[in-house]
Amino acid sequence: MTDTHTPDAPVLHARGISKFFPGTIALDDVELRLMPGEVHALLGENGAGKSTLIKCLTGAYRRDAGTLLMDGQEIHPVSTADSQRLGIGTVYQEVNLLPNLTVAENLFLGRQPMRGGFIARRRMNEEARAVLAGYGLRIDPAEPLTAYSVAIQQVIAIARAVEMSGKVLILDEPTASLDHDEVQLLFDVIRQVKARGLAVVFITHFLDQVFAISDRATVLRNGRVVGECLLAEMTQRDVVTMMLGRQLEARTKARDVGPAGKTLVEIDDLGKRGMMAPFSLNIREGEVVGLAGLLGSGRTETANLIFGVEPADQGRIALRGQDISIKNPRDAVAHRFALCPEDRKIDGIVGDLSVRDNIILALQARQGWMRPIPRAKVEEIARSYVRALDIRLASLDMPIRLLSGGNQQKALLARWLATNPAFLILDEPTRGIDVGAHAEIITLIEQLRADGMALLVASSELEELVAYSTRVVVLRDRQQVRELTGDQITPDNIINAIATEEVA
Amino acid sequence: MIRSTHLPLLITLATFVLAYALCASAYPAMLSLRVVANLLTDNAFLGIAAVGMTFVILSGGIDLSIGSVIAFTGVFLAVILRETSMHPLAAFALVLLLTTAFGTAMGATIHYLEMPPFIVTLAGMFLARGAAYVLSTESVPITHEFYDTLQGLYWKVDGARFRLIGGLMVLTFIVGALVAHRTRFGQNVYALGGGEQAAKLMGVPVARTTIGIYAVSGGLAGLSGIVFSLYTSAGYSLATVGVELDAIAAVVIGGTLLTGGYGFVAGTFFGILIMGLIQTYIVFDGTLSSWWTKIVIGSLLFAFILLQKGLTWAAKKRAAQARMRTATGSAALS
Amino acid sequence: MTSQTIGPRPSVMRRILPQLVILAVALALNVAVFPEFFEIDFRNGRLFGNLIDVLNRGAPVALLCIGMTLVIATKGIDLSVGAVMAIAGAVAASVVVDGHGWGTALLAALAAGGLCGLWNGLLVAVLRIQPIVATLVLMVAGRGIAQLVTEGKILTFDNPGLIHLGAGTVAGVPTPILIWLALGALVTFVVRKTALGMLIEAIGINERSSRLAGINSRVLLVCVYLVSGLCAALAGVIVAADIKGADANNAGLWLELDAILAVVIGGNSLLGGRFSIIASLIGALIIQSVNSVILLSGLPPEFNLVIKALLILGILVIQSPRIGNYIYLLKASGPQPEPDAPASRPTKEETAR
Repeated sequence: MTDTHTPDAPVLHARGISKFFPGTIALDDVELRLMPGEVHALLGENGAGKSTLIKCLTGAYRRDAGTLLMDGQEIHPVSTADSQRLGIGTVYQEVNLLPNLTVAENLFLGRQPMRGGFIARRRMNEEARAVLAGYGLRIDPAEPLTAYSVAIQQVIAIARAVEMSGKVLILDEPTASLDHDEVQLLFDVIRQVKARGLAVVFITHFLDQVFAISDRATVLRNGRVVGECLLAEMTQRDVVTMMLGRQLEARTKARDVGPAGKTLVEIDDLGKRGMMAPFSLNIREGEVVGLAGLLGSGRTETANLIFGVEPADQGRIALRGQDISIKNPRDAVAHRFALCPEDRKIDGIVGDLSVRDNIILALQARQGWMRPIPRAKVEEIARSYVRALDIRLASLDMPIRLLSGGNQQKALLARWLATNPAFLILDEPTRGIDVGAHAEIITLIEQLRADGMALLVASSELEELVAYSTRVVVLRDRQQVRELTGDQITPDNIINAIATEEVA
Repeated sequence: MIRSTHLPLLITLATFVLAYALCASAYPAMLSLRVVANLLTDNAFLGIAAVGMTFVILSGGIDLSIGSVIAFTGVFLAVILRETSMHPLAAFALVLLLTTAFGTAMGATIHYLEMPPFIVTLAGMFLARGAAYVLSTESVPITHEFYDTLQGLYWKVDGARFRLIGGLMVLTFIVGALVAHRTRFGQNVYALGGGEQAAKLMGVPVARTTIGIYAVSGGLAGLSGIVFSLYTSAGYSLATVGVELDAIAAVVIGGTLLTGGYGFVAGTFFGILIMGLIQTYIVFDGTLSSWWTKIVIGSLLFAFILLQKGLTWAAKKRAAQARMRTATGSAALS
Repeated sequence: MTSQTIGPRPSVMRRILPQLVILAVALALNVAVFPEFFEIDFRNGRLFGNLIDVLNRGAPVALLCIGMTLVIATKGIDLSVGAVMAIAGAVAASVVVDGHGWGTALLAALAAGGLCGLWNGLLVAVLRIQPIVATLVLMVAGRGIAQLVTEGKILTFDNPGLIHLGAGTVAGVPTPILIWLALGALVTFVVRKTALGMLIEAIGINERSSRLAGINSRVLLVCVYLVSGLCAALAGVIVAADIKGADANNAGLWLELDAILAVVIGGNSLLGGRFSIIASLIGALIIQSVNSVILLSGLPPEFNLVIKALLILGILVIQSPRIGNYIYLLKASGPQPEPDAPASRPTKEETAR
């Protein structure tokens, strides 16, 4: 499988790449061969090492071992700008262009056409128009970038990367926030780039897209290469098996769902214009409702609307049959709701405060500033959760930002469990944490359910959702598309529910 | 179609026209060329300094030191012309070199120590003002025939005298606008203001640009100091206190976003004229007290800050809705 | 005092030790240039001495830096405090000139300062304008408003009650000293005995997370600007009372910068988060001691600003994240420090996202 016959020499050949972070091996002896005129998919689950590998290629990280050969010559990019000069262009998920400049200015920043010491604006705009027309875009390059949709901005970013670099184009989840037609537009552009003889690296979670556009794939798992293959010879199932490292069927275990209790939260037509189509959802005590869907499908938006992070502009929420009003997180906390957000760094931890303060933060906020929790009580709460959740730390006084991802996540769980919530929302509770903590958090979710708590868990890891959910709601394009219960809950069914809509 | 990024500039222009119309309807004499000529002469030093401030603010920074640098320049020139026989032109060159180096040093501190521009330029403000004090605490008159020659240069139209320093300001604005909009340095300034991280990823030389911006601001503050010494024929270490605030106000009233990234050098020119107009009106009125200038400028500042906030908010809202439209649009397809 | 607080921190003494050392050095310099520096006399029912002068003259900046510390802890800044001082002084003066008592004048001044603080707070918390921009408005317009109140004159008064606040004594101690000591103690007590201090720090470090944890960040933000306005008002009254007149042009001129400087010298990060009011107050005393050295040494007062600037620069270098990383690496990696800090790079990239 690894030894496919190759007519050409690779444009970029990464050999024996290793990268260590304190406590973990992010990349272990990884090889990547990029052929000219080929789209090469880089596949793997979250945390498999895809983005670390990309950062090593583009000079954002310094690799700890291994060689990079560009057309047979060894290269040592030290920054993204440096790798750009060497011929490696990168386009990220969030567009990395400047919103305050025009399209042409973005396209030509740093290499504007000059005349007599000044930028030749008209010529720049004309050239920009010509370049973009080559990618099938007929737009006014003198308009500000933000006048155009994300898809068009993405194409502009690709055009810039190709024009500047010209050998390798890395696309890091470029389609995450695009709809079907926009993806097709992007694919047309990728085909043109390929036809020009560039090597394209394509990273995505969407397997359909991988098979639609890619010629070859390298699959990573836990920082190692599982295999390199020609996609024409593979099925989706083969690839998924390589990524997960086990047969899917083997994992769908028989779940012991206890009897769920009374309905706790009823959500009716909750929605917000410009953010999330109205949705309804009932959650009972002793029940875990899973939220499945691709990135940008509305998982986080659902959680944020229920918790009042973004106030809804329609619909109602009832708690134990009583209508309640949630205009902000404070209201939600007052009704014993809790939300562990997706982005720990931005929405979760208060980095410079001690672990202790972070754990009691929500409880203290609910009590109000006038009634400080006595020191002894604080100590008791913090210690008991550190013990119960096995949070590894040197001292409760250390700033929480110094903890590892998994321990930060557990401390955040402790923050919310300390408020004794009736309804716990977890948004991607296991993203970016190590295997041990991963398993512990899943066990904890099951245990909380058994104790009668109502949980709503959003996750992109299907295996995980299947393991603990009593029901799974599938989202697409910020709408609920399917609800799965009982034996219906299998990764295949979830993928089908997401994909049927996708293909249509 | 009018591009949305030009909107603040248009509003500034409209404000200027409206303000001038109001002034003229109250005091028709304000329509005269003399008033225009005086507007340019009286605000020359502020205008030149504001050009530098425009670059700084466009990049998302701030420079609190310019008032002190102007005062230092004035005192330095006065003392050097009194104590030595150096020709004023040589003294000008020397002081421009000094102030540019000063700005360079501040820019380097901001970039390499990763400290907020606010606090670094605050230190610069103290340092420059202190240096001026050390040179002389008293007002030092400048008497040099070359100064008389320069001050005597003007272009007379219908009894209005367009003086050298007013012309210098206009020239500075033209050069500043060219640099901002037609050079790579200028584009890099905008890029920094749009987002340092993205700019860095796009290959903008962040260190060189940041240091360059503060060097320009320091140098223009020096030029402004030269103009101020021509304007007052003296150097005084207590002069031009708070000019940085006036310059910031002019930049904001000129339609430049205080958070950086959006704005035009030309806008600042009209910001300066609007502020000059307010002062002229109060002089013409005679009964209004001078403190109304501060209150009116403060209110204008507030209005423009609100306006910018509103425009940013509207743009965000539009973008969100556009996203949602494409999302639901595709759902309808399926 | 700390043993009962919420979020106990590693001992107040250790936190303020660097500031105490700097203060000791500054005081030692005072003694070096003027050996009788520490001598305190008791004459005519009042304490006299250079040390008392430092405490007394430092009162306005000390008062300002109490509010400023809280504002900076929320990642904000209040540029308007100097102008607010002028407004409050003008209001107090005009009230007593109109024949009202000193109590009314003080209340009116506090109300004016509170209003200014509220205005700043609403701009920052509700309209979400960045603090430096929001408070700039009042910094520019504030002196105009003060002049409007005094009608452009220096408004003098001879109300003994009001003058007592700035120039009088209580039990031999100048009133301003007692005022800033009392207010400093009161605010420290309130923020540390309740959960307020921790909540303010949480907002300053990560407002989004704090809001999501259920903290009412909007109200808290308004409150810190309100406190800053009140502190400025008090400082304004003291300054006016001291010179027996309200000078709208010069009262509190550039004191906002001294107050910010005091907070920074106090080791509080301008990027928000952990704060110590005590350390800021020591910072204010350090500034005043430096002023005193210059005065006593017979150096021309012109050097004052240069020394202040050098002080800021020194502190900047110490506080700089770059230098901090470097020192950390020196300590961590022993004899062979890696100059370009590969380990710190990914974290920097990530936090910037």
